[in-house]
Amino acid sequence: MDFYLTALLQGLCFSGIALGIYISMKIFNIPDITTDGSYTLGAVVTAVLLTHHQPTYIILPVVIIAGGIAGAITGIIHTKLKINALLAGILVMTALYSVNLRLMGRSNLPLINVPSLFTLINISADANHNSFWILLCFVALITLIIGYLLKTDFGLAMRATGNSESMIRSLGVNTDRMKITGLALANALTALSGYLISQLQGYTDISMGIGIVIIGLGSVIIAETMINWLRITSVWLSLVLVLTGAIIFQFVLAITLDIGVDPIFLKVVTAVFVLLIVSLPRINFRTAK
Amino acid sequence: MIDIDNIHKTFNTGRSNQVNAVNGIDLHIKSGEFVVIVGSNGSGKTTLLDMVAGSVFPNTGSIIIDGADVTKMPDYRRSEWIARVFQNPMSGTASDLSIIDNFRLAAIRTRPKGLTIGINDTFKNQVKEKISTLGLGLENKIEQPMGTLSGGQRQALTLLMSVMDSCKVLLLDEPTAALDPRSAQVVMKTAEELIKDYRLTAILITHNLKDAYTYGTRLILMGEGLVMKNLDAQQKSALKQNDLFDWFG
Repeated sequence: MDFYLTALLQGLCFSGIALGIYISMKIFNIPDITTDGSYTLGAVVTAVLLTHHQPTYIILPVVIIAGGIAGAITGIIHTKLKINALLAGILVMTALYSVNLRLMGRSNLPLINVPSLFTLINISADANHNSFWILLCFVALITLIIGYLLKTDFGLAMRATGNSESMIRSLGVNTDRMKITGLALANALTALSGYLISQLQGYTDISMGIGIVIIGLGSVIIAETMINWLRITSVWLSLVLVLTGAIIFQFVLAITLDIGVDPIFLKVVTAVFVLLIVSLPRINFRTAK
Repeated sequence: MIDIDNIHKTFNTGRSNQVNAVNGIDLHIKSGEFVVIVGSNGSGKTTLLDMVAGSVFPNTGSIIIDGADVTKMPDYRRSEWIARVFQNPMSGTASDLSIIDNFRLAAIRTRPKGLTIGINDTFKNQVKEKISTLGLGLENKIEQPMGTLSGGQRQALTLLMSVMDSCKVLLLDEPTAALDPRSAQVVMKTAEELIKDYRLTAILITHNLKDAYTYGTRLILMGEGLVMKNLDAQQKSALKQNDLFDWFG
């Protein structure tokens, strides 16, 4: 059972990536894959500051700002230099690899016996249960903030930017600036996932971000399938479904390992699973016709 | 209200596909005038309108709106004066957002979009009241996504949205081109009423010669990037519908 609890904890940690991809892909309609780099950046900044005995109230804002800057750079390259968003993301992600390596000074930094977010408060004697409650509060708080943001006038302008750019420009919004802000927000959320995961697993590794974008994409696609299926228009429910998507994704991987599939094939399973979710509604659609 | 002085616009300069869209137009539009522009495809009408709106910048010449030189001002800053209705109903509204969300954004067109929630019951009632004047029965559907409405309904709502915040200039780029005749009539009637009630200065581009004959206080014929004919209110009222058809004969 502990196995599945770990999957749940990881799912909660990855909700930052899921929300980030939801914002860049669904709200702004921009395929952003800075994710691999900004996720690792979040974890690296956390590890470096933790080993330098910095308190959480310093680490958290620094992680958010670092992720935000990474996203803003992608946004500036995309909007001001008119470079395809995918390429802009790849460029920043590639550059971040060196930045991360330089920040850490080596490729792996263990965080054993370092006080972390999960040892900050003791709610339960069991370490995993304790982490669960802390994560749950943390994720709930982020979701509340993002949900509120999307409801504000600024949030409406954000949503309209990805929906009808000509309309929102004629209504007085600088869409370039809005996209840069949006990508900064998305990557700040992604960096938060790195912040959580590095503390949960107790180390930061330079290659931990490779291919991580698929987790966000998978979560959002699971959520989107449910949103279309249940015809949901509420912002709050959509966000909750994105979080659910992130958790379901981790459970699928846990089940795969549990039934004895060789971990080497984990990435294949991930790819096939995402393919299935994307293609299932389409297959249904065709037979219905 | 709008002073256009000797503007030129060339696309793809120096290449084999060079297009001289606008070749030196002078146009002075007084406050409260309703200018109708007709002309065949490629006559430069849309480029002219885009330059007034700020989505295209002229190569030379100047544009002054309400005393302010806006020649190099981007479109999102001209929203202080200008509201737009596009040819494509999708362009003027955000499909995934609800009707009320769209109206909220329109209601703060000239103001910054801040971090407060602006939609409350007072606002909802205000919007419902406005929408009910259209007589399309949309006032009870304000929570529905814009995308579920027909093109005609969306164009009519876009028009209403333009007067949610202070508006001086209304630009209409073939607003009825994608609509069936009945919806087109609703949209044109709504436009005419709003222009009169809010004393708007308006520019309408149309291919519908009947609309060009019926609406507006001034009529302009464009061709090859130039103003070919420019009829004031008196000349326009003396014009017969058949004369207008002869222009395109």
